[in-house]
Amino acid sequence: MENKQKKNITDRVWDLFSSVKLAVVIFSIIAATSMVGTVLEQNAEPEKNIKIIMKMLRVGHDTAQGLYGFLAQLGFMDMYHAWWFVTLLLLFAANLIICSIDRLPRVWKLAREPIQAMPPELLEKVSVKRSITLKGSAETIKESVRAGLKEIGFSPAEAAVSHGVQFYAQKGNYSRLGVYITHLSILVILAGAIIGLFFGFNAFLNLPEGEQSSVAYKDRGVELPLGFEIRCDNFEVSYYGQSDMPKAYKSWLSVFKNGKKVLQKSIVVNDPLTYEGVTFYQSSFGIIPGSQGKGIIILKAVSADGKAQNIEAKVGDSFLIPGTQITGRILDFSPAISIDATGRYVSYDEQLKNPAVQVAFSGLKDGNYTGWILKRYPQTWQLPSGDRVELVDYWGVEYTGMQVRKDPGVFIVYLGCIFMSIGLFMSFFMSHKRIWVNVSEEKGGTRVVIGASAHRNRAAFEGRVEKLVGILSSGPKGERK
Amino acid sequence: MNSSVFFGLSSLAYILAMILYIAYLAFKNKTVGVTATALTIAGLLSQTAALLIRWKEFAELGNMGLLRGVPLTNLYESLVFFVWCLILAYLVIEFRYKNRSFGAFITPIAGLVLAFIDISGMSKGIQPLVPALQSNWLLAHVMMSFIAYAMFAVSFSTGLMYLIVTTDDRTDAAYIFWTAMLSVFIIVLAAMGIDYLTFKMSVKGQEELIKSYLFKATFRSGSGFVTVLSFAFSAALFFVIWRFGGIMKKIISGVEISADMLDEITYKSIAMGFPIFTLGGLIFGAIWADQAWGKYWTWDPKETWSLITWFFYAFYLHGRLMRGWKGRKVAMVAVLGFLAVIFTYLGVNLLLSGLHSYGAE
Ligand code: HEM
Repeated sequence: MENKQKKNITDRVWDLFSSVKLAVVIFSIIAATSMVGTVLEQNAEPEKNIKIIMKMLRVGHDTAQGLYGFLAQLGFMDMYHAWWFVTLLLLFAANLIICSIDRLPRVWKLAREPIQAMPPELLEKVSVKRSITLKGSAETIKESVRAGLKEIGFSPAEAAVSHGVQFYAQKGNYSRLGVYITHLSILVILAGAIIGLFFGFNAFLNLPEGEQSSVAYKDRGVELPLGFEIRCDNFEVSYYGQSDMPKAYKSWLSVFKNGKKVLQKSIVVNDPLTYEGVTFYQSSFGIIPGSQGKGIIILKAVSADGKAQNIEAKVGDSFLIPGTQITGRILDFSPAISIDATGRYVSYDEQLKNPAVQVAFSGLKDGNYTGWILKRYPQTWQLPSGDRVELVDYWGVEYTGMQVRKDPGVFIVYLGCIFMSIGLFMSFFMSHKRIWVNVSEEKGGTRVVIGASAHRNRAAFEGRVEKLVGILSSGPKGERK
Repeated sequence: MNSSVFFGLSSLAYILAMILYIAYLAFKNKTVGVTATALTIAGLLSQTAALLIRWKEFAELGNMGLLRGVPLTNLYESLVFFVWCLILAYLVIEFRYKNRSFGAFITPIAGLVLAFIDISGMSKGIQPLVPALQSNWLLAHVMMSFIAYAMFAVSFSTGLMYLIVTTDDRTDAAYIFWTAMLSVFIIVLAAMGIDYLTFKMSVKGQEELIKSYLFKATFRSGSGFVTVLSFAFSAALFFVIWRFGGIMKKIISGVEISADMLDEITYKSIAMGFPIFTLGGLIFGAIWADQAWGKYWTWDPKETWSLITWFFYAFYLHGRLMRGWKGRKVAMVAVLGFLAVIFTYLGVNLLLSGLHSYGAE
């Protein structure tokens, strides 16, 4: 460009933003600043990051504090939401948009353009060249060229050229657009993220068993109306075998709209509930403070001859095993029972890890019997009389902790992800392939000249051209001379 | 049959193959080369058997069905799978390009990983899945990430080789870069080996490994003398590699590997790895996070480092399009990209903490 000075400012900005160089610079800056953000803990207590700085740089507390103040001022303590990081992302998007607008027309034309016959002299210049001379007549060779091109996936057009006939075809021309689909998909994902930021929310809700709520809570306890009510019917942790290793956290939820139950579903981690665009994710759980001893013990009593009944009771209550004279009186409850060194029963945890009830039974034929019934150990459910009492649950003391999210942008983000996959597949695993085959009669045979090109993965395409040569050489009508 | 017997056999085969490949590169003896290939294939078969057995054991343990019960849930299992992918990718290249000199550069990565597994004493036991990991996306996410990592490991090796064969001026930045990289690799490997020989430890967790053992026999030794000696020794090693790096070039150039071929393999493996990483590592990871935690992206260190890695390779792909960047400069980006991969996988777990539960116990 000779008249560089004459370019106005808009052109210069355009040139800057349409360059790959800027893209590479932005890649580097985003990567470098992001690294800092992973070392410093985001949105953490100041003291935590001061400690990290002290450790990383081996400096004293005061220096670290000063440095912390400086970095905090720059927004590094919540850097992915800092104005300059967001600006970087926007610059990146602008770069991408302008770069694509700048190049798309040319590529679009390349992709749309029908393939033309090529003057035989120019055939020498394409990247893949083969020429063979075959025995058969031009007519039969043409026939096998047609068939051969079909065999390797092309449907050729024909044209008369200076000597002989040319067959030409192209394939995968639209794969040139793959890069642009990939680039567009990034913009779609960013758009989806922005929509989520403006029109969605993130909140949480700790819901005790048996209670319902019409709101969720944002940071600092700000209430957020849901527009419906959600109730936790039950919460339970299940464990692998008889270990304390959790297998699943499960909440049974019901949704009420205008006082009517509209939905009932149990959720576990990785399987949330969605109603009216609001999604509830199982995320934590715990014991309701001050609920000790207030829960309801749910038992299932089964008599020796198979009569079953569910029983709800508290410590101190008595119950009758159906169809028998046997009564049980609940003496004690433990959320997580274990035996200590002296042989006494103790609770080793507040959580319902290994719940158990102690029951005194009377009215048995051979005397009274007192024992602990453990939820996890079926052998403790059996009474000497052949009847059975099973501990089903201790209900009303746990709460389920849920993430509550509404994100109308997530659908768009996923759409962008699909675009990106398609775009990348087109960019890397497909290519624009072109092939020209000249057939001309020569003294004592027919000369076939093949020229071909692929804008990517040339080696693989060369293999196919080789296959074509093979077909022509060994075909029934043509024999290599 | 127990899977650990097969794992042991395959590790042994890979380590022997690594030594033979290096010997082959140095002496170009055909028998040595063929033996190395045969050992690698035998190792791969044995490891495949081991993986299948472990898969079955794991699925039965948690009663999860074969699809969910994929043994790719902790550090140990994923590193082992990485080795498997890497060896497979290497064998494909060996047969495609009919050239086994790459072996001397790719098998040491497998050797390094196997050594790391043993030295760190990480838990090799089968553990049932914690609730967050019980997702169908997990299989796709982890498996594809590791296939991509293996491709990136290949591009790291060929990128490094490219730098070796295209530089000879000792003051050249690219020359200093590759000699430094190679030195660091050798030093880390040696230091971990010395740790292992000194302590023969059995470590409970990674925290403990880092705090009490890693480099304690060398750089972080209680004795100032040993520390200084270690650094002096490292500097000396770097100097030797820097001074005599030209010999590496002669060796590689002597076995009919052209710079263009190295550049092509580097590009091809990134062109394979990048889409697989995008789909499996980033997209499937985001979907999984979305289902498990209700957020597809939270900027936690693991996610952020995956993104940084992704940017490195996007940089590589676009750098090739820039005038003056083809060749050495982008080869350096390919090498650095793999360091980002290592940090994403190990560094984040070992040094930074995050939401991800890999090896947290
Ligand atoms: C992280 C975000 C990006 C991704 C994942 C991405 C992806 C890609 C891919 C896969 C290719 C094909 C590479 C190849 O042929 O080897 C490509 C090419 C290209 N990219 Fe990007 N890109 C990104 C950002 C950008 C940005 C910000 C620009 C702005 C300048 C840009 C400009 C280009 C250009 C000019 C090409 C070459 C197109 C062609 O060959 O016709 N890219 N990109």
